[in-house]
Amino acid sequence: MNRIVEKEFFSENVVKLVVEAPLIAKARKPGNFVILRVSENGERIPLTIAGADVEKGTITLIAQKVGVSTEKLAALNVGDSLIDLVGPLGKATDIHKVGTVLCCGGGVGVAPLLPIVEGFKKAGNRVVSVLAARSKDLIILEDEVRKWSDEVIVMTDDGSHGRKGLVTQGAEEVILREKIDECIAIGPAIMMKFTSLLTKKYNIPTQASLNAMMVDGTGMCGACRVSVGGKTKFTCVDGPEFDAHQIDFDELMMRLGGYKSEEKEAFEIYNKMLDCKI
Amino acid sequence: MTTYTEYLKERREQEWREELRKKLKGKERTDQPRVHMPEVDPNERVKSQTVEVNLGLGREEAIKEASRCMDCVNPTCIEGCPVGINIPEFIKNIEREEFSLAAKTLKMYNALPAVCGRVCPQEKQCESKCFYTIKLNKPAVAIGYLERFAADWERESGSMDVPQCAPSNGIKVAAVGSGPSSLSFAGDMVKLGYDVTVFEALHEIGGVLKYGIPEFRLPNRMVDVELDILKKMGVKFVTNFIVGRTASFEQLKEEGFKGFFVGSGAGLPRFMNIPGENYNGIMSSNEYLTRVNLMGANNDEFDTPVLRGKNVAVIGGGNTAMDSVRTAKRLGAERAMIVYRRSRVEMPARVEEVKHAEEEGVEFLNLTNPIEYFADEKGRVNKMRLQLMELGEPDASGRRSPVEIPGATQDIDVDLVIVAVGVSPNPLIPASLPDLKVSRWGTIEVNDGMQSSIPVLFAGGDIVRGGATVILAMGDGRNAAKSMHEYLSDQKD
Repeated sequence: MNRIVEKEFFSENVVKLVVEAPLIAKARKPGNFVILRVSENGERIPLTIAGADVEKGTITLIAQKVGVSTEKLAALNVGDSLIDLVGPLGKATDIHKVGTVLCCGGGVGVAPLLPIVEGFKKAGNRVVSVLAARSKDLIILEDEVRKWSDEVIVMTDDGSHGRKGLVTQGAEEVILREKIDECIAIGPAIMMKFTSLLTKKYNIPTQASLNAMMVDGTGMCGACRVSVGGKTKFTCVDGPEFDAHQIDFDELMMRLGGYKSEEKEAFEIYNKMLDCKI
Repeated sequence: MTTYTEYLKERREQEWREELRKKLKGKERTDQPRVHMPEVDPNERVKSQTVEVNLGLGREEAIKEASRCMDCVNPTCIEGCPVGINIPEFIKNIEREEFSLAAKTLKMYNALPAVCGRVCPQEKQCESKCFYTIKLNKPAVAIGYLERFAADWERESGSMDVPQCAPSNGIKVAAVGSGPSSLSFAGDMVKLGYDVTVFEALHEIGGVLKYGIPEFRLPNRMVDVELDILKKMGVKFVTNFIVGRTASFEQLKEEGFKGFFVGSGAGLPRFMNIPGENYNGIMSSNEYLTRVNLMGANNDEFDTPVLRGKNVAVIGGGNTAMDSVRTAKRLGAERAMIVYRRSRVEMPARVEEVKHAEEEGVEFLNLTNPIEYFADEKGRVNKMRLQLMELGEPDASGRRSPVEIPGATQDIDVDLVIVAVGVSPNPLIPASLPDLKVSRWGTIEVNDGMQSSIPVLFAGGDIVRGGATVILAMGDGRNAAKSMHEYLSDQKD
């Protein structure tokens, strides 16, 4: 169960895992996520599904190393199994024919964006994608996104790939050039905040997919609560996608930092432990 | 067919029960004081999340307490039991030192006696209907302590009786969720010969018994032992499986499942929607207890963290609030406070839980209600504003309602706030079944036999009640098993 059949590092900190999960592969829709555990005493890690192969019965997950649990996940090899994997969770993306869709992905946010790009393209839309990251090695899944996009614009902070600049610059260029009917933004909270501010200026309906902190992922704990239009919503059951213009991104960023000191401490202990083993 | 009353009468007329009744005079029984539950010293027990507070009765204490029971002609105690345990029979078995028969009697009606002996509000149920309570105005026979004694004795004896099951009828039924209502349903259905599979969304079986109730009140191993019996009876358990998501009801029907019992629990924690409630350091009791009980956050060997606080306020006056505040004390809080808008009398928590919390140094800020939270520059809560309350006229629940005292507020320092003001039904199942009738609160609507608007789907526990107790959930599970059996038997004909 949940055996890893393929593993690839996109960069030092970003890993792709293809995992056996036939039921989830069959049931998942763009926008859904899973929760997994690496080991008996491990955390429950939420990850958006980046793709699935129904015939092979596998799903694709992409994770960024940000702490102890994701370090442990990235340390697994082909043939290892995840101890727990549950899903698909969350509401699926509302994919429909609308005209031209602008898909903005930042960093590992491109992973959950990919099935949405594919979905909108298959639904008969013109799809323009803007991928952004700090530098070239952090741009992931570019070829896959290209496959389902009419046009792809790559932006890097340092100009090492594509054009130099932020995601918003690439996006605004497209908005000024042609009529955009809908926008999807997935990436770091700060990236989604500014993309949302941009599209609000041009009155373009925008969805953002949030990476809130979670424990159970089924609505039980409320760790993932977020303010949308002044009301508290649970990312796991009401989301993960919301109307970006209604999201309180500052609160989201504040809440994402809620366990910073605990995470840092855990990471130091983990590294010491690794040193001891060596 | 004999009725349950006739059955109880027959059991009562067994020779051994008649002889036992004659052994002591009525007055010799009623003159004895009610036994006290031995407990770990409060100063000791607050050092550990896993040390069980109640130690359980010893053999002699249990036999003596059992001898207080009058073995009444009309055992009213049973009316107070949501699962209808033959209470006098199990107690008289303890009196005659047939402890394993006592356990066997319990298990005829209750799949989880070691659990219920610990967490049931007996004072509001069986013990409130005991002859001592209603006729003698004396403390009731300690039915709950005795239930726990029999279940513990059997477990420790090393030879657990596995209840007999009817020969398999090959009919597949599913329970959704693995909390008390599903387990009770599963136990009854497997006894009737059904092929039962329990599907659980989390990685552990047990539902609220595992993620909710702390180990100092209900050790996980007690739950595991009772789950083991169900497994031996043939119940299958599947974790990490969300019915309606991982596979749909239709897919499961195609795989041969003929009946479904939904015991998916309350799910969504309620918040109060007051300013500042989304600051860091403010979380639901579900999150707090799940991090600690299910994910082991109190233990360094587990990866999941939990925020700790020096000044911890828990909002609410129910059992979950008591579990949370006592957990906070154990995780090192200097001040662990209950903030409750009514007074002690109206508190819904069990008397025993409140007493234990008080002994452990929990402060009770009764007649106060939070109205706003404040935070430091990083967004971590550091202060709460309380509205002072007084009691007004009784409300719909019959309890005196809390009324604000105009202009009377108080600010207190807090760095962790646990909100335990109730739960709303989990939307996952209703969302996956558009034809399912739900109330405007989102609870599944059922008839007297726990059958929903979809005939093959039955439901019970918090997804129907919106928030109740372990034993009421178990009663629903039993009731649903009985009516599903009738329904499926009719279908066959």
